[in-house]
Parts: sequence; structure tokens; C-alpha cells
Amino acid sequence: MTDPSFRPSELELERRAYRARRSRQSVLVAIASTLAFAGIVWVTVLGTPGWAQVQQRFFDPATFAASLPRVWDGFLLNLQVLALSVVTVSVVALLIALLRTLRGPVFFPLRALAAGYTDIFRGIPLIIVLYLIGLGVPALLDQRISVVLLGTVAITLTYSAYVSEVIRAGIEAVHPSQRLAARALGLGYAQTLRRVVLPQALRKMTPPLMNDFVSMQKDVGLISILGAVDAVRAAQIETSLTYNFTPYVVAAVLFVLLAIPTIRLADWYTARLREREQMGSIV
Amino acid sequence: MSTVLRADGVWKAFGDKEVLRGIDLTLDRHEVVALIGASGSGKSTLLRCLNLLEPIDDGQIFLGEEDISDPRIDANRVRARFGAVFQSYNLFPHLSVLDNVTLSSRIVHRMPRHAAEERAMALLERIGLADKAKDHPDRLSGGQQQRAAIVRAIATDPEVLLLDEITSALDPELVGEVLELVRQLAQDGATILMATHEMAFARDVAHRVVFLDAGTIIEQGPPSQLFGAAREARTRAFLARFTA
Repeated sequence: MTDPSFRPSELELERRAYRARRSRQSVLVAIASTLAFAGIVWVTVLGTPGWAQVQQRFFDPATFAASLPRVWDGFLLNLQVLALSVVTVSVVALLIALLRTLRGPVFFPLRALAAGYTDIFRGIPLIIVLYLIGLGVPALLDQRISVVLLGTVAITLTYSAYVSEVIRAGIEAVHPSQRLAARALGLGYAQTLRRVVLPQALRKMTPPLMNDFVSMQKDVGLISILGAVDAVRAAQIETSLTYNFTPYVVAAVLFVLLAIPTIRLADWYTARLREREQMGSIV
Repeated sequence: MSTVLRADGVWKAFGDKEVLRGIDLTLDRHEVVALIGASGSGKSTLLRCLNLLEPIDDGQIFLGEEDISDPRIDANRVRARFGAVFQSYNLFPHLSVLDNVTLSSRIVHRMPRHAAEERAMALLERIGLADKAKDHPDRLSGGQQQRAAIVRAIATDPEVLLLDEITSALDPELVGEVLELVRQLAQDGATILMATHEMAFARDVAHRVVFLDAGTIIEQGPPSQLFGAAREARTRAFLARFTA
């Protein structure tokens, strides 16, 4: 194809023209159907009897602007918990996953412990873990503990259980012959894991891990139940002051804006991975 | 000649299936030995037992003077003294060819990266893959991948090279380049134990051919004798099926 003397045949030119025509048609159909759908939704919603009231209660521009600074301040607290949790979840989840992949009867207690942990914490709703940690731990130690810390612990407990399963699946998805080849070169168990298994597992794990990350981004909003003035709590306070629900929408918008880059990144990465695999690559 | 590797009455079972039933085998320095036998005769298992990728159920294995079947020995250190090449190459897809070749030198033998790479490049140069050094394995043909895997196995100057049906997964036109490399290694004096279905190659390159059937060594000897005038009926039956 890089040969400058290459000229596509008449047949190929005709095929290209056909494909271009087809894709133009598809784009037009997509635009038309999107507009039609948006129009129907618009008319239907505007036609509902309570729309005027709902619009004023939930989408009031003045309240939006007024409540934004307070909700934003609260949102910073969510971001703190998120940043801390990302680190702690990564470490704890990797540790749990490695415990679960240990072989040999010697490690049975550790394996069982790790399995029990993932079973329990994947089963308990996050909100209950938050209550248990948020109310239980301070009572246990008989002192005040910062909500950021308590929230991080609770989220770490729940999310590490999920994430460790993703990591374990990723590790087990690396073909055993790769371990074999590494061990045959004289690499030890830990060296094999670090140099050969984990780098390959990471590629397989990235899409589901990003999904869990998106999920975590919004679940940090649950720390409001511990009394911290985070975005959700701030919105709640603003709402009670103005008797207008727009502050909740403000919080929602902030969470969505936080999630979108990650979601796009995950999509882009997944697409890139698929492209590579379709080239017949195993990387 | 000095014995490099010696198996003494090696037994191995997977569950209640006995795969190796008392294997006695020696390998001398600079010797090339071909293991032949039907699929399931235990060739691959024997190779894996010898470099401790599989624990054995009875018997002893000596590398030099050392009993490497003793559970007190450091298995990683022992494996590092072997080179192994597998049927399906098993190159690491996330590493470049060069990193594949130098991994053991750097990580296990603690060689500085530049020294390891210098040596690896010299080897890759020799087999005509120097221009592929920075590529990932999936950019190489099957024959190139397998030759890279062989270079990876010999990069640390192993005492014994174990080759497990290294041409079985290759397209017929790619088999030649891989066998040619093995032939060169043999000429350079490598100690090689290879499981193979390439009878012509075994006849040509091996100093000794060992016929394995149902986990026992039925017969062994120089290729001319084994291929020309096998003593055992089972050997003759196997070879007849192969040359038919």
C-alpha cells in the first residue's frame, strides 16, 4: 500500500464510493432518530401536569448558583476520601488476591481467611459497613475519629473485597504456561508474579477495575450518613434551608463530571485492547 | 566424558496414572540425546521432572554431583542451571524479545542490564534476530519466536538444555530454521536432551536415541542402531508407524 505507483482499480473505487454512501446514510439516520427521540421526550415531559413545579423545585438556576459553593466544599471531602481509598483499596485488594492464589496446604488458613473476608464484605451493603465502622469503631476506642478516616476504612473494607476478586480473576487468566516458562528460567514465585504474571494480569484487569473505580467515585457520597458535611450532606442542608431540591442536582452534576473522564478512559482503553486482540495479538 | 545429569529410578504419577515408571537415564557433557516415543509416553513429563518443574514420586536426580531431588535444595537455583524450551514457545508477550532473553540474566543471575543486553544482542545477532530485539513476540513468525525462546534458554549458559517438542507447533516450512539452530548449538558442544517427533533430525544430530513407551525406557542406543536395527519389537513397531 505504501508503493506510490499503487492505483486502486475501478472496482475498488466503486466499492469505496458505495461504502462512503452507506456510512453517510447511517449517520443521517442516527441523527434523525436521535432528534426524533429527544423531541418526543421533550414534548412528553413538558406535557406532564407537574412539570412547571418540578422544574422550579429541581432545576432552579438561581438556587443552583447559590448552592454550588457549599456543595463544592462538601465535594472536596468526598474527593479526599476517594483519593485515600484508591490507595488503600489497591494495596489491600492486591494482598487479599495474592493470599487467595497461594497454593499448598500450608497456606490453607490464610486462603480461608481471605475467602471468608471477600464473601462477607461482598455480601454486606456498604451503608451497613459505614454504620458499623462509623459508629462502632469510635465507641470501641472511646474517642472521636475523623469521618474521612472512618469513611476510608469502610469503603476500603467493601471495595477491597470486590477489587481483590477482579485481581484474582486477572491473575488466573494468565496462562499457566507463562508461569512454567518463568520458573524454568529460575525465577522464584514472587519474581514470577511480579515480572511475568502481574504485568499481563493488569492488562486483563483494567476494564473491570475502572468500572469498580467509577462505582467507588459515587459511593464515597455515602459517607454523608456519618454526619460529615460532604457534597450530599451539604446539598441536604441547602435543600432544607431553601425548600428547593436543586442542590441535590448540583451534587449529582459534580459526581457525573467526576465520573465521565474515567468512563471515557475505560472505554478508550477497552477499545484499544480489542483492536490489538483483533490483530491476532495476545498482548 | 563426565556425567552432567543422571536420573535414577524416577517415578511419577498424576493421581493414579503412572506416567514415569522407574526411569534410569544419564546425560554426558556435550552429549545430544533424543527422547522419542508416542504422545503420552512420558517424554514431556520426564523433561519437566528433570528440571524440577514437577516433583517426582520416587527415585533420584543428580545434576553434576548434587542430588537435586532432595527437598532441601533450592529449586530455583537448580532450575536456573537448566535451559528449557517448550512446544508453544511461551515467550512473555508483555516483554520485548530482548527483555525476554535477558530476564533471567538480570533477575536471577543479577547481571547488570547493559552486560546482559550486550550478550543477548550478540546471540540474537548470531541467529539473525537482532533487528527484532525491540519488538514484542507477537510481531515475530512462529519460527522466529521459537528461535528467540531458544536464545532465551541459552542466554545464561545452562549446563543442560531441555527441548520439549520444540517444532511440533510450527508450520512445516518454519521447522527447518529452528532445527538448524539446534544443530549449531549441538556443534558448539551444548548438552541437550530433546523430546522430538523429528526422526530424521534425531538420526542426524543426536548421539544417542532413547525410546520411551508407557513411562519406561524400552531401548536406547546410537541412532544408527536404533533406527537401523532396533532390538525391541515395540521400538520397531513405533518406528514403522512413524516412517509409514
